[in-house]
Amino acid sequence: MLSSKIKYCDVEFGKCNKELLEEVISYGISLGADFVEIFLENSDNSTILAEEDCITSVSPSFGKGAGIRIFKDKRDGFVSTNDLTKKGLMGSVSQAIEMLDISDKKNKELFRGFNELKDYTASKKTWIDEIPTINEISEKLIQSTNSLKKNKIIVRKGSYSRNWQEVIIASSDGTYATDIRLHQTVGLNVIASDAQYRSNGSRRFGSSGMPNEFRLWNHEKAANEVYESSMNMLYADYVEAGQMPVVLANKFGGVIFHEACGHLLETTQIERGTTPFKDKLNQKIAHESLTAIDEGISAGSFGSLSVDDEGMEPEKSILIKDGVLKKFISDRAGELRTGHKRTGSGRRQNYSFAAASRMRNTFIAKGEYSKEELINSISDGLYCKSMGGGSVGATGQFNFAVEEGYLIKNGKLTKPVKGATLIGDAKEVMPKISMCGNDLELAPGFCGSISGSVNVTVGQPHIKVDSITVGGR
Amino acid sequence: MKAKEITNKISKSAESLNLKKWDFGASFSNDYSVQVDKGIAKQLKASQKQVLTIRVWNNSNLVGITTTSDISESGIYKALKQANIASEFGNKKETTDFSPLAKEPIQVQEVRKINPVGIKKLLKVLREAELKLLDSHEAITSIPYNGLSESFYEIIYANSDGAFRNYSKSQAALYLYARAEEKDKKPRSSGSVKLGYGVDDIDIESCIKEASNKTIAHLNYSTIKTDKYLICFSPEAFLTIINAFSSIFNARNIIDGVSLSNKNSIGEQLSTEALNIYDDGLNEKNITSAPFDGEGTPTKKLCLINKGKLENFLHSESTARIFKTIPTGHAGLGSKVSVSPDWLVVKRSDECTNLKNYLTHSNYEGEYVYIEELNAIHAGVRASQGSFSLPFEGWLCNKGIKSSIESATVAGDIKYLLKNIVNIEMQEELTTNGISPHVWVNELSITGDA
Repeated sequence: MLSSKIKYCDVEFGKCNKELLEEVISYGISLGADFVEIFLENSDNSTILAEEDCITSVSPSFGKGAGIRIFKDKRDGFVSTNDLTKKGLMGSVSQAIEMLDISDKKNKELFRGFNELKDYTASKKTWIDEIPTINEISEKLIQSTNSLKKNKIIVRKGSYSRNWQEVIIASSDGTYATDIRLHQTVGLNVIASDAQYRSNGSRRFGSSGMPNEFRLWNHEKAANEVYESSMNMLYADYVEAGQMPVVLANKFGGVIFHEACGHLLETTQIERGTTPFKDKLNQKIAHESLTAIDEGISAGSFGSLSVDDEGMEPEKSILIKDGVLKKFISDRAGELRTGHKRTGSGRRQNYSFAAASRMRNTFIAKGEYSKEELINSISDGLYCKSMGGGSVGATGQFNFAVEEGYLIKNGKLTKPVKGATLIGDAKEVMPKISMCGNDLELAPGFCGSISGSVNVTVGQPHIKVDSITVGGR
Repeated sequence: MKAKEITNKISKSAESLNLKKWDFGASFSNDYSVQVDKGIAKQLKASQKQVLTIRVWNNSNLVGITTTSDISESGIYKALKQANIASEFGNKKETTDFSPLAKEPIQVQEVRKINPVGIKKLLKVLREAELKLLDSHEAITSIPYNGLSESFYEIIYANSDGAFRNYSKSQAALYLYARAEEKDKKPRSSGSVKLGYGVDDIDIESCIKEASNKTIAHLNYSTIKTDKYLICFSPEAFLTIINAFSSIFNARNIIDGVSLSNKNSIGEQLSTEALNIYDDGLNEKNITSAPFDGEGTPTKKLCLINKGKLENFLHSESTARIFKTIPTGHAGLGSKVSVSPDWLVVKRSDECTNLKNYLTHSNYEGEYVYIEELNAIHAGVRASQGSFSLPFEGWLCNKGIKSSIESATVAGDIKYLLKNIVNIEMQEELTTNGISPHVWVNELSITGDA
């Protein structure tokens, strides 16, 4: 039934809600839950779009909500609501209990009240006032699209997005934490056209927890990069399909590891039985030149966080060391159901999703080779300078679009090619990453999965894959 | 909240802020869903959600917008105030107005609404379905992706000019995605999705059967040689590719320069004369149908391609005004109003003399690739360039023998694809995305084993 009552809010963001939250959690425990978790969110987001020479869209949005999760044995019930009254929160707990059909009132552990509040907001309370105004953002976006006013460019777009989120995380194991998160991204997109030829160019930049970062953004450099990319690809031929060695550029080239391997190292994949690496801990799964890391602690990186959405501080997890699988990315449910210890990776888009094991800043560690050495080692192959999106299927097969690609002939970059797709299977490709460059860089992105869209960085140095299927024409 | 109540609240708050012109869209929903793992309840979910999007026009007739989940008096007041601030940055080059059709009578249709069955019943139904699917073949070892959900929602549109519309609906969905494994072979996976107005309305048996048959049919797989092939698109796959390139019909995308069409493209011969494509959001088989769009314009059936020629574009209020026509009921409320198709229906027209009618997926014995499902659309489609390179699930068929293709992509150009349709089969099939027959296309590139 649709609610017909006006909602009010008993939760006060920015203030102590200890008594209220302890009461709600005690209520859940008294009804037989093994574990109760409350995630409260207050958000203030904004997107601004500049097209050609004017601002065409300014979209602020606000949200308040709660996600309540109850565990009984290894099962969990999750209820999300916009009703933040005490009655509403209690009702959500009751609903979760009822969904799990809990009749046994015995708990595995008793709730003894919250630990001392872990307040991660201290230096962040002023962020919302420090971020650029709509005026500032608009001016800079218009400047950036003006920088793209060049020959053959027919579409120029600049976009800015800001997500400000205040969260309170409380659970029956005593967890009681509050945090403020700030993510800002800015992107440029162009379409170049000449007669029947068309090409796209795009770049996105992002940061977390740095209110001034947009002001420091070098829009002219960004515009030049996007322009060059689109012009390089404008007259490109379609790539000829085939099996070939490839060199993947650094920064967003890391999406290959993110999609092909990273997702398969999340405990949600073990739970589903969809990862080929389930029983491979401490076994070799990749070439010995490959070490891969997932962490949430690099200052300012797009996937960094002070505390995850389950109240745990993120750790630096070495996933693969010299080709050997060392760790899985785990959240609370993952630890409960698979035994892999939590890594501070319980993440969600917002209160309407239950947290799940998700990547943060995920990258391949730098190696010893220069980019030129990688390219020189190939007589006939493909250099993927800029990658588009990708996906991984239920059996580990992945694919990525190559936005900007160049043929490699006799160790040299030659003509640009378009329409390439990299296709493979994680288990088969990982041992073929044979050379890692010394130029590791990270790039921001958004990852969509079971708990919604979360901010991540992908990254790597230039890497060489000995052989991969390149889809083309 | 009752639709009239929230309208009154907004009206009152707007008056206090001296805002004369406003409109809003709101949705209120309750959703329930379950997932299981070999009979054990895995995650049970419920959500109560409300979203309110308000637009206001300032004295210079510029529009500002705000979205909020807080529909208390203070929340609405804050949203109106913020929208008013945003209006100072409203688009000066392209103005937006109320839809001239926002008060037109809506085509009366029976709105089916089925009462919720509750989590326990959802769980029982899904457990049984999972078990049956697991039992359907010894190679099916798990159903890693599964879910059964039911949703109940109310949608409202109103404006300060007196337009007021609302409707409420129910919807349920079942998806079963099975994984099959055989010794010394790679795991294979496939599935099925079925929709209904309620859980009792979903054809569960056919979902199980379809998921099982599709998964098993992929067990015997092999690579395919990279080459150009005659292609047969399943109804689902053909609708997927048409939807991916719907910017061809989209007036918003045309104005923004990201469509392959331009203002003068109406009448352009895009395909064989045998092809008709309609957008038919109100089709009685469309479970997700909505009687009006985000601007309150009534939904209607629109012919997009008639005998291979581009016949109409999809419009919002502002694009229609620019094109000197009327809105078509395809707008999404936003700071920049979006335009998108509702539910496509592909048909074989009367002009079908040039078709190769012997090409039917059930009888043709020559070599062709049957594309059952296209994947990773977000990564492999370049709508503004017209090109695509997409992984797919399918079979290489020859002399009546079907061999599942291990891993491959199909690549091409949408205009080439449309021009090279060589048959549109007679039999139309209902899918979750629309209705289409099987469609045959000559010579598309397939990348498989090099």
